[in-house]
Amino acid sequence: MLEDKDRIFTNLYGLGEKGLSGARKRGDWDGTAAIIAKGRDWIIDEMKKSGLRGRGGAGFPTGLKWSFMPKDSGGRPHYLVVNADESEPGTCKDREIMRHDPQKLIEGCLIASFAMGAHVCYIYVRGEFIREREALQAAVDEAYAAGLLGKNAAGSGWDFDLYVHHGAGAYICGEETALLESLEGKKGMPRLKPPFPANMGLYGAPTTVNNVESIAVAPTILRRGADWFAGLGRPNNTGTKIFSISGHVNRPCNVEEEMGISLRELIDKHAGGVRGGWDNLLAVIPGGSSVPMIPKAVCDDILMDFDSLKAAQTGLGTAAVIVMDKSTDLIKAIARISAFYKHESCGQCTPCREGTGWMWRMMEHMASGEATIAEIDMLLDVTKRVEGHTICALGDAAAWPIQGLMRHFRHVVEERIVSHQGGHAQVAAE
Amino acid sequence: MSVRRLAANQPDSFEFTPENAEWANGQIAKYPMGRQASAIIPLFWRAQKQAGGWLPEPAIRYVADLLGMDYIRALEVATFYTMFNLQPVGEHFVQLCGTTPCWLRGADELKEVCRKHIGPEGQVSADGKFSWLEVECLGACANAPMVQINDDFYEDLDIARFEKVLDGLRAGREMTPGPQNGRHSSEPLGPLTSLTSIPTSSGESK
Repeated sequence: MLEDKDRIFTNLYGLGEKGLSGARKRGDWDGTAAIIAKGRDWIIDEMKKSGLRGRGGAGFPTGLKWSFMPKDSGGRPHYLVVNADESEPGTCKDREIMRHDPQKLIEGCLIASFAMGAHVCYIYVRGEFIREREALQAAVDEAYAAGLLGKNAAGSGWDFDLYVHHGAGAYICGEETALLESLEGKKGMPRLKPPFPANMGLYGAPTTVNNVESIAVAPTILRRGADWFAGLGRPNNTGTKIFSISGHVNRPCNVEEEMGISLRELIDKHAGGVRGGWDNLLAVIPGGSSVPMIPKAVCDDILMDFDSLKAAQTGLGTAAVIVMDKSTDLIKAIARISAFYKHESCGQCTPCREGTGWMWRMMEHMASGEATIAEIDMLLDVTKRVEGHTICALGDAAAWPIQGLMRHFRHVVEERIVSHQGGHAQVAAE
Repeated sequence: MSVRRLAANQPDSFEFTPENAEWANGQIAKYPMGRQASAIIPLFWRAQKQAGGWLPEPAIRYVADLLGMDYIRALEVATFYTMFNLQPVGEHFVQLCGTTPCWLRGADELKEVCRKHIGPEGQVSADGKFSWLEVECLGACANAPMVQINDDFYEDLDIARFEKVLDGLRAGREMTPGPQNGRHSSEPLGPLTSLTSIPTSSGESK
């Protein structure tokens, strides 16, 4: 189990001293100028060595992403855009960083922007997080007043402006190119790639989009060293991670733990165990609503990191663990997720716009038992026709939960259909 | 996607108050020259506040003019983003999260509370004080089930706690947002399992 001395988010719950002075006592902004003085190459190299993989869901190596920014852009500005459009069902970690540990994020923005040659950064906060946005803005104002932002930010010699921007309730804006469209004042519809944002992003200029947590851990990694971070977790799955544990547990919570902790230890130690005990567990969605669920037998000994969960045909995603005990109607649970994707599809690509609605209606039929057995394979076939056939991954994200349900609990769906048909037959006989 | 249409009854005109107009100029200044369209979401949001919780059609035109945008582009934004209410809402606008993490912990029961205490979904109550809507994940899943009422989250709800919040608001009382079960934020309820050696704001180690 991770010890407090190795935790990055030491004010995750907001129990510590508030404001910049509290953050400084916890070590934020300590020697920032000295880190920047080591230069771009050193920072990017150190981030690569730390093994940090993006915390927004896809798990792309952060240092490598930073290195994609061109060195010379012929006078075009560079931008860092922080993705704080936290909307993946089950995920509620960036919210805590913004309202309780915002200086880590702000310091990270300065260092990351310097490493990528950006003088301006926008943080795109989801619209519903109104209080979080206010807290973050207050922290930004405080940092400006202390000379940590603005001209010669934190005495580093780097001029840096940081702006808080917000959305208005569209899940799709968590997709990086949709976020950029939204930030430009348009509908949040994803862009075709290439060109990638590193070459043509915000306002057509080189841009890197990073998740809040990925940016907020950077200052601590650079202060304590890549080796420290890489020494936690497992190879290719290093460091610490904030896990959001929701659903049927006794004490739902956010907690920062070591990557690769076992799911069972995570739930038992921090979330007070599964409601009714571990044997009452039915299934877990381990990484936010987009990833396929895993049944208890897999949960028994699975480790919580990118590679372990991938091997179990699911994913770490945002590390949002949704726990479902034996009282759960799994078909309804997934039908509700299908309704979510139907609601959030931006409507740009036909397979997703039409497919999410179709999949949702079929899932409702499965939940009520009104479907036929043959329709299970038809539904799976449609998920395959949506998956991989859209501009962004929302289509995939809508397909995977259904595939996960059928992979592990097809018998439950079949039983419901059969029993519903039986009910009909009896009514007909009367 | 969801179908979103403008309200049938619209006011004749809309204009920012002087304070809001000044605030809007500050927002526009955040973006590079010629990129003022970037400010459309914050400006719509402020217009919605000023108009009493919903975005009238004249406000959409007003903001478009302010930002030098075609009306159709502004209308696209207004109809795409679901936080822009195109129909009037109650004084206390309840957005109830119904997505799976909240559903697992009793969002359906909270919907019943809304139906009983407010009325049908999407309709403003007779006294104008409330309206409610089921929305998608609001990002407070470790504090499920929860609702957003205007700018605040009310978390860790059950039927009784939610009724207490609604009753208090109806009576005009100032209610305390956040977790309603004694938690501070998203730490586990009861003894901490991490950060026990970190000093708290009172200076003691927990």
